[in-house]
Amino acid sequence: MAAMKSFLPSKFIVERDPSRCINCKVCVNQCTFDVHYYDEDDKVMRSREENCVGCHRCVVFCPTNALTIRQNPLEYRPNENWRPEVIEDILKQAETGGMLLTGMGNDKGHKIYWDHLLLNASQVTNPSIDPLREPMELSTYLGKKPDRIEFGPDGELKTELAPQVKLETPIMFAAMSYGAVSLNVQKSLARAARELGTLWNTGEGGLHPSLAEYAPNTIVQVASGRFGVHSEYLKSAQIVEIKIGQGAKPGIGGHLPGEKVTSEVSQTRMIPTGTDALSPAPHHDIYSIEDLRQLIYAIKEATHYEKPVSVKIAAVHNAAAIASGMVRAGADMIVLDGLRGATGAAPKAIRDNVGIPIELALASVDTRLRREGIRNQASLVVSGGLRSSGDVAKAIALGADAVYIGTAALIALGCHVCQQCHTGKCTWGICTSDPALTKRINPEIGAQRAINLVRGWSLEIKDMLGGMGVNAIESLRGNRLHLRGVGLNDTELEILGVKSAGT
Amino acid sequence: MEIDAKGMTYKALNEALRSATSAGAKDILVRNVNGQRYIGTSLQDTVNLELQGTPGNDLGAFMNGPAITVRGNVQDGTGNTMNSGKIVVHGHAGDALGLSARGGTLLVRDGAGYRAGIHMKEYQGVGPRVVIGGGAQDFLGEYMAGGVLAVLGLSGLSAGKTRARFVGTGMHGGVIFLRGTVESHQLGKEVGVTGLVDEDRAQLAELVALYCESFGGSQEEIMAADFVKLFPLYLRPYGRLYAG
Repeated sequence: MAAMKSFLPSKFIVERDPSRCINCKVCVNQCTFDVHYYDEDDKVMRSREENCVGCHRCVVFCPTNALTIRQNPLEYRPNENWRPEVIEDILKQAETGGMLLTGMGNDKGHKIYWDHLLLNASQVTNPSIDPLREPMELSTYLGKKPDRIEFGPDGELKTELAPQVKLETPIMFAAMSYGAVSLNVQKSLARAARELGTLWNTGEGGLHPSLAEYAPNTIVQVASGRFGVHSEYLKSAQIVEIKIGQGAKPGIGGHLPGEKVTSEVSQTRMIPTGTDALSPAPHHDIYSIEDLRQLIYAIKEATHYEKPVSVKIAAVHNAAAIASGMVRAGADMIVLDGLRGATGAAPKAIRDNVGIPIELALASVDTRLRREGIRNQASLVVSGGLRSSGDVAKAIALGADAVYIGTAALIALGCHVCQQCHTGKCTWGICTSDPALTKRINPEIGAQRAINLVRGWSLEIKDMLGGMGVNAIESLRGNRLHLRGVGLNDTELEILGVKSAGT
Repeated sequence: MEIDAKGMTYKALNEALRSATSAGAKDILVRNVNGQRYIGTSLQDTVNLELQGTPGNDLGAFMNGPAITVRGNVQDGTGNTMNSGKIVVHGHAGDALGLSARGGTLLVRDGAGYRAGIHMKEYQGVGPRVVIGGGAQDFLGEYMAGGVLAVLGLSGLSAGKTRARFVGTGMHGGVIFLRGTVESHQLGKEVGVTGLVDEDRAQLAELVALYCESFGGSQEEIMAADFVKLFPLYLRPYGRLYAG
């Protein structure tokens, strides 16, 4: 059969300023996509632009700032329906015949409700509080809260509380598995979590032995593949999380490609080196809500009822009814991961078309649980593309107890969201198992960057709280009166439970 | 020591077993077991339990070490994500036997239900061993990534010829020994079938010996029958589904 010529144009153009370029070849070393090369005959640097993915590693590391990356200005005749990306996806599929894979989160810009919600501030009617002068409480406790509490005659608490885990700030690091990201990334986040007094999540790849020291700040995951799950793993964690789904790929399982299953990854996951790590679509022992209850209590038995058990789902239709079922099944914590959540690899068609935005899911779940009188029985944690302290504050105002950040944490470590995670060639050394690349993340520096991010956001949230005239995050939690909507229609305002700005 | 499980909730029974083992009990007989779940889940190694009756779902789930003998049938999820230990069932097993197991030994005298051995794992020679004396039903060894599963077909409707369908769908590790024959339409596309070579016969003989040790019967007689070996054709069964 004749070889097919690819009809796909380059996505990016590499511009090299010859007056600045000193032929040092740092760009050749740093690029993992084979873009830059030195032409020995002509003694000049050249680029294979068709390989460029726009990750900017070369731009950042060029010692003379000689490089810049531009989008290929190839112009198509304007067509709102047959957009360039749509045309190029069809060409790619015609040339390969498989499911198109991608990394990171949905990039389609379905309405981002955070950008349509605005926070309150105090003016005149009650004074703002200056967070530099007065203490601002961000502490958050995750776990089942009692229906009522009773005190004895000496003021001692008589009610027995379900296990609680304390966070110093309501921001945690999202589940990113070892294999999807490198061990140095996990080390950075684990260290940062310890320093910040918050938690990080192992994801479904198990817990590498070198991270066992971070157990007091670790959430372990039991996903459908059950990788690395054994009783020590469960007992070492603060929280055990059953992963039913994730926002980037609701409903389907996962494949960690064989190339990323190095000997260390396979040891931690307990599978042979080089095989694909397959996570089945459902847990094969959870085919109903009763089965979920069974697994929740199996884990509670295995951990002697000492730890909260969390259940993570992707935000989908009827999330409210599902969440109600999960709470009644015994979950101490519910995690909702929205449409814009990221992944190391997922079929593009699923990432872009399946799931709903986290803002709507959060609002409807919080409302439903309150209406049913069971909101106290589980903590509510959300994730899925939260980008700033503003997004976090708004999430809490809509009802979240805490949030997970994934993409934002990786961007703090250097990620430029080039969406090539599934290739295993991450130039920033983040979502790769290649030992030459994983060295590019220094866990000490990585930890410092992650700490800086969360510390910066926490200070900003304290500022926002003070501005609203409250001194504890608990006063903002679920308090939709501190939000107003702009550019939202009546249905959206109703689902979010907020009034329009101006009213 | 003995415990009467009559009327006990699973939480109470498991707490009683935990207290007994922390106090040093090594051999415990539990009578009147009737549907209590997660027995063995929260116990440490070096405990021998004998259960009379019918334990509930998830017997030995996440189990790490104990040896459990059941004088009766077991239900679904027996040995779920088991790490090490031994479960011997003098009866039949329900669905999802040994689901995601990572080690340990599961011996069932009679048949098993659906999804036996689903997604079992192994690493560097450490993996689960499952022997089913009777037959097993659909989705046997689905998604298997390691370990060894033997179905002896000694009793029940599948004696001599397995009736299971979708056997080994998604299999990418491990090995299954089936007594008798199996048609290709009963197997997942990821599964290869072959006869046994000497190494296989030795491995199977060990498993049959374990079975006979617990349930009686003659190892020679059982080994004299024809067996087939099912193995994964690809390490990466879904490798060609994706484009870059």
